[in-house]
Amino acid sequence: MYEFVTGPLAWLSFTIFFAGVIVRAVQYIKGLDWQLDRVAYMEYKMQGFKGAMRSIFLWLVPYGTHSWRYYKFFTLLFFTFHIGLLVTPVFLQAHNILLQERFGFSLWSISDATADFLTIAMLAAALLIVLRRIALPEVRIITTRYDYLMLAIAVAPFITGFFAMHHIGNYKFWLILHILSGEIMLVAIPFTKLSHFVLYFMSRAQLGMDFAIKRGDIKRGKGMAW
Amino acid sequence: MAQGKLCNREKVNELEFLQALLNDKSGAQYYSEMNDLDVDTELLWNTLQKTLVQKSRIKTWLEICAHCGLCADSCFLYLANNKDPEQVPSYKIQSTLGEMVKRKGQVDNEFMQMCMKTAWAKCTCCNRCGTFCPFGIDMGIMFSYLRGLLSAQGFLPWEMKIGAGMHRIYRAQMDVSVEDWVDTCEWMAEEYEEEWPGLVIPVDKENADIMYTVNAREPKHYPEDLAEAAILFHLTGENWTVPSEGWEETSLAMFAGDWEACKMQVESVYDAMKRLKPKRMVVTECGHAYRATVVEGPYWAGYKDGKTPVPSFHYVEWVAEVLRTGKLKIDPAKKIKEPVTYQDSCNYIRNAGLADCAREIMSYIAEDFREMEPNREHNFCCGGGGGFNGIGRFRKERNAGLKVKRDQILATGCKLVISPCHNCWDAIRDLEEEFEIGIRWSFLKPLLIKMAIIPEHLQPKEEE
Repeated sequence: MYEFVTGPLAWLSFTIFFAGVIVRAVQYIKGLDWQLDRVAYMEYKMQGFKGAMRSIFLWLVPYGTHSWRYYKFFTLLFFTFHIGLLVTPVFLQAHNILLQERFGFSLWSISDATADFLTIAMLAAALLIVLRRIALPEVRIITTRYDYLMLAIAVAPFITGFFAMHHIGNYKFWLILHILSGEIMLVAIPFTKLSHFVLYFMSRAQLGMDFAIKRGDIKRGKGMAW
Repeated sequence: MAQGKLCNREKVNELEFLQALLNDKSGAQYYSEMNDLDVDTELLWNTLQKTLVQKSRIKTWLEICAHCGLCADSCFLYLANNKDPEQVPSYKIQSTLGEMVKRKGQVDNEFMQMCMKTAWAKCTCCNRCGTFCPFGIDMGIMFSYLRGLLSAQGFLPWEMKIGAGMHRIYRAQMDVSVEDWVDTCEWMAEEYEEEWPGLVIPVDKENADIMYTVNAREPKHYPEDLAEAAILFHLTGENWTVPSEGWEETSLAMFAGDWEACKMQVESVYDAMKRLKPKRMVVTECGHAYRATVVEGPYWAGYKDGKTPVPSFHYVEWVAEVLRTGKLKIDPAKKIKEPVTYQDSCNYIRNAGLADCAREIMSYIAEDFREMEPNREHNFCCGGGGGFNGIGRFRKERNAGLKVKRDQILATGCKLVISPCHNCWDAIRDLEEEFEIGIRWSFLKPLLIKMAIIPEHLQPKEEE
């Protein structure tokens, strides 16, 4: 079982993930339409590029935009969740040892204590995000079961990984479940709302170009005050 | 195929049809016919496929919305309606356009009427939510798109159908013909000539520095606004003109989602630019006029560079310029002494980047300028944008929405609100009528004339 999930299944899920992400990005770009969207994308490439970059990066900075500053608590949850989600798996020592063994290279790694902290923080944030969904009427009304499924797919590798790492219960069992849940997440990314992994960049770039090219950045003399 | 006599999928291209609609008091017959109007689901699905399913922007917005609710507090209608969850922008668009796509256009009359109410009475297309969403999901754009789908099916408010029809027939939002317009220009020049010797309103002058364009309400109901514009051009020595045709910048067609009429309207202005070859165009104190003709219009007309044939400016840009260059001088003794605030119009501030012009003007004319909170790009809609002011059927909803602006104004402590936008001006006038908070409101033109230093040679001659 271990050989299967770390062998063919791993290759398959990584392939689907990378190919899927590329396809989604390409499809997005191909589906833009200057006249329908009413943005002259190709006429002002430099301006558009600048606007796109500002629009992407300012929103990646905690409290970097009006909206992030307005929703102080949610912003904390949001960044704790996403930083844990992205940093932990990529820089985990155990993952990098695997990379080294299999492919002969590895990235920087964080200490296991840091990984634990990030994981617990991320899971706590996820829990609070769920409670927020239930507690706030304005969020409850738009919440669907699908939203909970997405959250479950995202946190599953962390719960199982935490159990495996700390040998809580049956190590082999949690390890296999961890690998499987990680693979489910990878495969889900191109096909579900988790596609925002790549479409966040596309959508933000589009609105950035929209404001930079059409909605006033030229006259504003500076970028849109996101 | 149930199509009403007045409420149907037909566009108003004939005067007779327009007249029939106007004769239907408050749209009583129109709305009663709407209850039997069928939905051309094939047309709807075809349009959705071509403009949404096979494209990426709106499709992605609908797909990736994380249902986080950060758009809630961005929406003044949500805030004004006691945080009613049904006013959350994400909910509003998912339950209308989102549902329409999910059902592949297989929707019924009741659903379409619900969409109509949501698109015109629960969203003014102010685009503020788009600046609050981490994904950059701009629900104002989606509602405008939805209005287009509804409009093509005949599910649009009575006044919107009339407005779009006016543009189709008169190339103006009101029944102002070319003759009416030119007569009004002459009349105003004559009326004010005695007070302002040498005052003229040059019609169809070629190669002028400025081609001035207006909102049809001005010649129709407030002709003195046109005279004031003329006086200010006169005082600043501008070489200006107005076109006999193509003088109307507004677009109720845009509010109605009648894209074909939008194109017809802006092309009339662009034709005037090409015919008269002015150095630039300046439009009156109207927000959506600028948005329609300068920001969106070139795309409707199919101009790949997204630009009007000659560089185009909003009135506040011109005012800031003449104050900056000293062409118009303000008498320091006549500056506004009392606390005064400024209504940032969504259409030319958030969506066209002119926030600094407004502040620059205030620095010249006001001693105690106070910002509303929030302001600039993040200001709230006045409450009457996107056609909301003009729809009788949704008056109650419009009035409820004015509370947010009322509270913003009250918090400044100002009794005077400068509002260089017709829709904002109307909304603020109506909020005073509704809530009686004791404020006054004004366009820039009358204030500037009162404060300006009149050069010797332009002063009225002393009677001998």
